[in-house]
Amino acid sequence: MSAVVNPLQGQAQADLAAFMSRSISDASLRKQHRLDQLFRHATRLFAFLVLALLAGILIALLVGSLSSMRTFGFGFFVSAEWNPVTEQFGALVPIVGTLTTSAIALLIGIPVSFGIALFLTELSPKWLRRPLGTAIELLAAIPSIIYGMWGLFVFAPVFASHVQPFLNSTLGAVPIVGVLFQGPPMGIGVLTAGIILAIMVIPFIASVTRDVFEIVPAVLKESAYALGSTTWEVVWHVVLPYTKVGVVGGIMLGLGRALGETMAVTFVIGNAHRLSASLMEPGNSIASALANEFTEAVGDLYLSALIELGLVLFFITFVVLALSKLLLLRLARREGRMT
Amino acid sequence: MNAAVLQPVEQALTQKIQVKDLNFYYGKFQALKSINLSIPERKVTAFIGPSGCGKSTLLRTFNRMYALYPNQEAKGEILLDGENILGPNQDLNRLRAKVGMVFQKPTPFPMSIHDNIAFGVRLYESLSPREMEERVEWALRKAALWDEVKDKLKQSGTSLSGGQQQRLCIARAIAVKPEVLLLDEPASALDPISTGRIEELMHELKADYTIVIVTHNMQQAARVSDYTAYMYLGDLVEFGVTDEVFIKPKKKETEDYITGRFG
Amino acid sequence: MDLYTRRLLINRFNLVVSLLTMLFGLFWLGWILFTLFKAGLGGLSAKLFLEMTPPPGSDGGLLNAIMGSLLMGAAGTLLGTPVGIMAGIYLAEFGNRGWLAPVTRFISDILLSAPSIVVGLFIYEAYVVRVGHFSGWAGAFALALIVVPVVIRTTENMLRLVPDSLREAAAALGAPQWKVIVLVTVRAAKAGIITGILLAIARISGETAPLLFTALNNQFWTSNMNAPMANLPVVIFQFAMSPYEDWHKLAWAGALLITLSVLALNVFARVFFRSRTATY
Repeated sequence: MSAVVNPLQGQAQADLAAFMSRSISDASLRKQHRLDQLFRHATRLFAFLVLALLAGILIALLVGSLSSMRTFGFGFFVSAEWNPVTEQFGALVPIVGTLTTSAIALLIGIPVSFGIALFLTELSPKWLRRPLGTAIELLAAIPSIIYGMWGLFVFAPVFASHVQPFLNSTLGAVPIVGVLFQGPPMGIGVLTAGIILAIMVIPFIASVTRDVFEIVPAVLKESAYALGSTTWEVVWHVVLPYTKVGVVGGIMLGLGRALGETMAVTFVIGNAHRLSASLMEPGNSIASALANEFTEAVGDLYLSALIELGLVLFFITFVVLALSKLLLLRLARREGRMT
Repeated sequence: MNAAVLQPVEQALTQKIQVKDLNFYYGKFQALKSINLSIPERKVTAFIGPSGCGKSTLLRTFNRMYALYPNQEAKGEILLDGENILGPNQDLNRLRAKVGMVFQKPTPFPMSIHDNIAFGVRLYESLSPREMEERVEWALRKAALWDEVKDKLKQSGTSLSGGQQQRLCIARAIAVKPEVLLLDEPASALDPISTGRIEELMHELKADYTIVIVTHNMQQAARVSDYTAYMYLGDLVEFGVTDEVFIKPKKKETEDYITGRFG
Repeated sequence: MDLYTRRLLINRFNLVVSLLTMLFGLFWLGWILFTLFKAGLGGLSAKLFLEMTPPPGSDGGLLNAIMGSLLMGAAGTLLGTPVGIMAGIYLAEFGNRGWLAPVTRFISDILLSAPSIVVGLFIYEAYVVRVGHFSGWAGAFALALIVVPVVIRTTENMLRLVPDSLREAAAALGAPQWKVIVLVTVRAAKAGIITGILLAIARISGETAPLLFTALNNQFWTSNMNAPMANLPVVIFQFAMSPYEDWHKLAWAGALLITLSVLALNVFARVFFRSRTATY
């Protein structure tokens, strides 16, 4: 390159150099710009992939349920019949089971989680907070199949021999409500499944509630104390309303888990396709029906009915989650604050 | 330095709060050193001083707000109407019903304006709904907020502007009819117009309440207070009638601070 | 009783109840862990890791199930993580305008809480039926679908924590956007993103339902991902629901193994995160 004698001198040479460097940086700038676009499009693509996945799930489930939907129509949702032999299938029992066990789980889980969050933020000595919080989170980490095994082999027998007779004689004797608690003490059943689900959702709701309780500004709590409030009054009247967006979010998270929980429920719900008024009787949930029967199902209609059950479950979960998001948005907007 | 008790000049005044040899600790750190002070009744007393001098710490001993935090400790005596509130048998809730506090940041509760005010009242009094409405109106009028919110009492307290929120907090503190009102830099987060409103408020309120205000704004202290205490690094340097402290301070340190030579 | 005394009583009562709920939670944790260790510890021997799942009535181990779980778990993670990270980057770095980001975030949240058995059902319909048989790949796909929303959520949150001043400093040096993201922002959030991946792995380690109708099960050793594959959770399910005592013992041992791995992963993830996170 230096063999070429540079014919330009002085200013012209400087101008040429400047022009050359500008062109080079222009070219590399264009390349960088193209790479930028490429990168942005690539990440966009993966975002679309997530959308596609959801669409795919919906479509696959719909297609699979077609023959069941065509055969049973809307009657599917109100029929308690489940007979693989005569090929009569109805979703009522599993749907009721799913909803009932989840309701029990929340009825027990929400107050207990609130109590735990209250303890962790207001009562517990500082040095105990982290270990106790971790212990509660450990409950969430235990895989659900362990809950199932423990429920069936350890909890159910104890429940049958010690607790159920007691419930039978006390709550079972109460008019109207008592019907829920009458029945042979078998240990397994809808109530047992609900209780185990409660234990499974408590760590979710408690952790989220604890997290939002912790970020309440100290000044706000002090303002309430400054008026002469007790600790309970501060938490109930000030902290809880202030954090209600987050708390509702935590509850919805727990509900989502309860609705879809398979293994724990499958072990203890009893797998009986019949409706009974009593919670102590065995029943079925959508997830447990699928887990128990899918691999053994023979016949297209049987399979299709099971897939339609799966679609119903997905739909219920979807609606619950969507509603909770809407509720959270509306609550947050009203407060003028996004949590 | 603080062995002598510094008293305001007029002996005829009742001393609402008497601080005797008060020492305060955040863990190992001593934030207040042997404070001796008397707060006269139905007057506005201001605590001034540079950041970290202990003025807020001192204020918060008057309603024992520090008791919420485990490693904060106060030693000595604080007499409220002759009774030592640092004593072990002191009922904290009742103390705080007598000694109200407004904070630096406006802290409306997440409830309606009406409920914000009613909250404190409900803790200690059983009023009929009619009586409660009258009390709410009374408190809002006293805080010069009634005209602005009378049509929207059901709206959330958080929907108000900053200055309005702070006046709401003041109304909330007054509604329980305390005897003493503690104000911890009440206007520092507000715009000048709101600040002016709040300063006017203090003039009216002092007819009924003993007011202690912490402020880092010297001009504000000069405007609103009758008595001023100047503090520095945990010591009470000087205490006296506001005009005297500002125009003819007794100590050189006070003069240095007032004239802006530091802090 | 006057108002004040009643308030004090209510306060005391509720605080005591709160203590009781804490003890309630700890009670279940203790009972479950105690049961798990008591029933499973005896079965934890070298044999567990050296022998295959036995037919009822004979001795054996869980080797093929462990291998299967490891293979499918690794495959699922490798498939799901890139998708999750890229989508998470999109949400955090490019997601401020337009409709795609809020919708994606919403859908990712739905998938995060969706019943995992439905995921299994989807893979069954979309893949197993098409291919005609159960397989390890099907199991891996199902696990990947569970990994994706977890990684999206943690990646996005961790990237959002990186202060804008860092991005601006890099941009001010003339770096193009993709370099700012890849070389600066992601690197700053690296610890958090890796923690998210570890948590996703912990999550899929315990999942049974998605494998029920995808990988199915296999009594024998196979490393062929294209055939039904043994895996710990389904084996445990099968053995536990059976009437055979020695199968029960193996089931408990396997359950203990899974729980220990999941807990170890969780603890490790936490420790790792705390040690590597730079504070600004």
